[in-house]
Amino acid sequence: MTGPAELQVARPTVALFATCFNDTMWPQTPRAVVTLLERLGCRVVFPREQTCCGQMFTNTGYADAATPLVRRFVDVFAGADHVVSPSGSCVGSVREQHAVLARRAGDAGLEREVRSLAPRVLELSELLVDVLGVTDVGAYYPHRVTYHPTCHSLRMLGVGDKPLRLLRAVRGIDLVDLPSAEECCGFGGTFAMKNADTSIAMGADKARHVRETGAEVVVAGDNSCLAHIGGVLDRQRSGVRTVHLAQVLASTQEEQA
Amino acid sequence: MTDLPAQETSPTFLGMPSFQHAAEAALADTQQRRNLAHATATIRAKRAAAVGEVDGWEDLRLAGAAAKDEALHHLPHYLEQLEAALTARGATVHWARDADEANQVVVDLARAKATDEVVKVKSMATQEIELNEALEAAGIAAWETDLAELIVQLGEDRPSHILVPAIHRNRAEIREIFARRMGAVGRAAPDDLTDEPARLAEAARLHLREKFLRARVAVTGANFAVAETGTLVVVESEGNGRMCLTLPETLITVVGIEKVLPTFADLSTMLQLLPRSSTGERMNPYTSMWTGVTPGDGPQEVHVVLLDNGRSRVLADEAGREALRCIRCSACLNVCPVYERTGGHAYGSVYPGPIGAVLNPLLRGTSSEVDRSLPYASSLCGACFEACPVRIDIPSLLVRLRTQVVDEASGRSAEAASMKAAAWVFGDHRRLEAAQRAATLGGRLLGDRTIRSLPGLGAWTQARDVPTPPTETFRQWWARTHGDDEGDLDDARGQPVVEEQDLGGAGPHTRQEGS
Amino acid sequence: MSSREEILARLRLATGDVTSRPGERGPVPVSAATAGAAQDTLELFVKTVTDYRASVGRCTPEQVGAEVAAALVRARAHTVLVPPGLETSWVARARDAGLRLRADEAEDGGPLTAHELDGIDAVVTGARVAVATTGTIVLDHAPDQGRRALTLVPDQHVCVVRADQVVHDVPDAVALLDPARPLTWVSGPSATSDIELDRVEGVHGPRTLDVIVVC
Repeated sequence: MTGPAELQVARPTVALFATCFNDTMWPQTPRAVVTLLERLGCRVVFPREQTCCGQMFTNTGYADAATPLVRRFVDVFAGADHVVSPSGSCVGSVREQHAVLARRAGDAGLEREVRSLAPRVLELSELLVDVLGVTDVGAYYPHRVTYHPTCHSLRMLGVGDKPLRLLRAVRGIDLVDLPSAEECCGFGGTFAMKNADTSIAMGADKARHVRETGAEVVVAGDNSCLAHIGGVLDRQRSGVRTVHLAQVLASTQEEQA
Repeated sequence: MTDLPAQETSPTFLGMPSFQHAAEAALADTQQRRNLAHATATIRAKRAAAVGEVDGWEDLRLAGAAAKDEALHHLPHYLEQLEAALTARGATVHWARDADEANQVVVDLARAKATDEVVKVKSMATQEIELNEALEAAGIAAWETDLAELIVQLGEDRPSHILVPAIHRNRAEIREIFARRMGAVGRAAPDDLTDEPARLAEAARLHLREKFLRARVAVTGANFAVAETGTLVVVESEGNGRMCLTLPETLITVVGIEKVLPTFADLSTMLQLLPRSSTGERMNPYTSMWTGVTPGDGPQEVHVVLLDNGRSRVLADEAGREALRCIRCSACLNVCPVYERTGGHAYGSVYPGPIGAVLNPLLRGTSSEVDRSLPYASSLCGACFEACPVRIDIPSLLVRLRTQVVDEASGRSAEAASMKAAAWVFGDHRRLEAAQRAATLGGRLLGDRTIRSLPGLGAWTQARDVPTPPTETFRQWWARTHGDDEGDLDDARGQPVVEEQDLGGAGPHTRQEGS
Repeated sequence: MSSREEILARLRLATGDVTSRPGERGPVPVSAATAGAAQDTLELFVKTVTDYRASVGRCTPEQVGAEVAAALVRARAHTVLVPPGLETSWVARARDAGLRLRADEAEDGGPLTAHELDGIDAVVTGARVAVATTGTIVLDHAPDQGRRALTLVPDQHVCVVRADQVVHDVPDAVALLDPARPLTWVSGPSATSDIELDRVEGVHGPRTLDVIVVC
């Protein structure tokens, strides 16, 4: 393995927000973040008091239930220089929704704290490219891969082509464009349950586009979207598996994350 | 929010089922699915090209939003200015609190002209108030003259799109409707009518021309009403608008009060934003502007009906009011993955798609089943906000309206109970850890078997497999591998890394990578 | 309370939180494409009009009559409407070619009726201003263009535009227009995309649009 580029910031400390969903259902993803960042020379800390950003509550209409989670998030992470999370949608919730929730609750102090913290909360590709200044993270991943840009990373956070720049620098990868890549996969949180038929119609089309690429692996920056896309692909016995971006980037010749 | 009167649901849409329910049937309509997929893909590509040509599109969007906000924030001022300018130019201004009042104004004006027919330019406001039905009840025929509206009217159908109301119909269906129905209401379609779009358009031209030439009263909407000058603007493509605005003696324009623009100069922004967002053209074929009565040119009797019908209530909602910026371009419909699959009818209103999902509950309130379901008719993918030429943050408005729906239900649902329980778990990491132990126990019991059905998850598992829970959560792994380094951030800041961690170990068993 | 008073009262209540004053935003920010050289603007105009499948010709002032006659003959027009203020030399060649020129005047001395206009094949007009980025001509229905119905009912519209009337972008045109006049913006021939989003030229307005640019 060749070493990655020199970091813009010397040995930064990065607080990991694993997200409740990844912590419980996809631990391999935050583990890959840890592997990757430590390999790049960061110090990773995991504040154990963290739980959930509240997005599921907010987006389903349960703002009152989400507000204490905003408070908790601020309390846990306020001291961090950089917070990273392997979920565009949870980062989007922190950056775009927490302040709205604080204001709705009439808590000006909390809103101030949120506005101060939110810009330091980054999706993985943002941390790597914007803060650490790397696109070649020294990864090796010898598979045919297509990349689905999730809606919240693309349109809420505006990560642009950062994930693709990171993927293009991966050794051994055979990266193919996904047709209609920017169209929503149909997950949408509780949308997948409340409007299951429409969600599945969207998922079926996304799965079709994935299969058209001939890819073996579909990669995205959000396990929730991947669970939906992968759920459809698995049901079809499509022979395509889903992998989080962090795991591709953490993989090396010696070790697949 | 102040309790200003909501818009009454019009008779056509009373008792509509929820969006989810209506969508099930729409999704099964294979012809419509194909028609919509083709049409929306076509117009998305056209729009992207037309917008891509403009340097500084974002500046234009900001200017468009600012113009509408200026008008909305000072609406009483600009409406009075508009009224004064129109009156000075010989027009008569009427004010209508609701649909019934607006319809009565139009019916009375048509009756005073002793006519039994009016020609109409496609207008969302008159559809909203169901003017055609009110005119019909008064014995006055209302001829829709936009090609798509003609298709819908002859087919005894409902519009399913703001800009292309017959988007759900293909050429073969349109040929059948024209051949079967035109003769009953005027000039019949030619016997050898084919389904070529040019032949269909020609049939419409011939059918409608006799109506244009004899009509004495026209009813239109307006895209913009300029307060400063009293200028009304209609943006169109076919020339049916020009016919209606030019040939009859009497012109009645029904305008939602949110259509006001402060100044004539604001048109320079709007005429760049609207056509490119709407039909994906640099400019639509025809835009007509008229300011009251012009002696010797066009209608010599000009009426303007200013319509509230729930808009003041939306304006009173500080967050919701930005929805009133909408210029009915329909860009949000064309990019919406939900609309593309369900079509417009499932939205239970003349306003379908993402903007309909916010506008209808704002205008009508959330007391009906369909209006309560509309805020959830979105995956919150954000494509609508990105496409909106006046920067209406539709996803945020949807989320806010969901909160309104939940708050009004006051926690009386199974969902509310489970949300409350989940929020309690997330309220403390120790509770979360306890809950996770149950999940990983499930994971250990399941091994690497695939979950194809799960009680309570029917909506998920009908077409998707379920990921198997892992045997070890992330935080369990962290505790095992990183031990005490829990990350006291204040102590940790800026300190060097003193030890290398062993990062070995395989992942848990799920069908996602890592197994 | 009248509907007017009640609506205004509702709106005052609804905007009670607003602290700014009307007009406080300042002048309208005009966002327009940067104009290049005049020649670039003209080339762009010709390109964008052509994109609408309208025909565009360029000629010197002396050639206008011939260009107009050629356009009318091409579309097989027999009768041609001439607005009262039109430069007479523009239609002289058409008359010489045997086309019948009609003024907007019925036998009773009043303007032509809609039915009479429907029997006329073509109209020749000037324009107020033209927009390069969008390929638009704007009519303000001055005497060289005639009242609105004249450019609407006949099936062919031949529009003569002077090169110095072509501006670069939409805001340049808006700034030149008089809102007190009726205004018609024309971008290509009448068209519809209502059937499967396929563009079809020619519904109710003139199906043939000829633009002649005089340089």
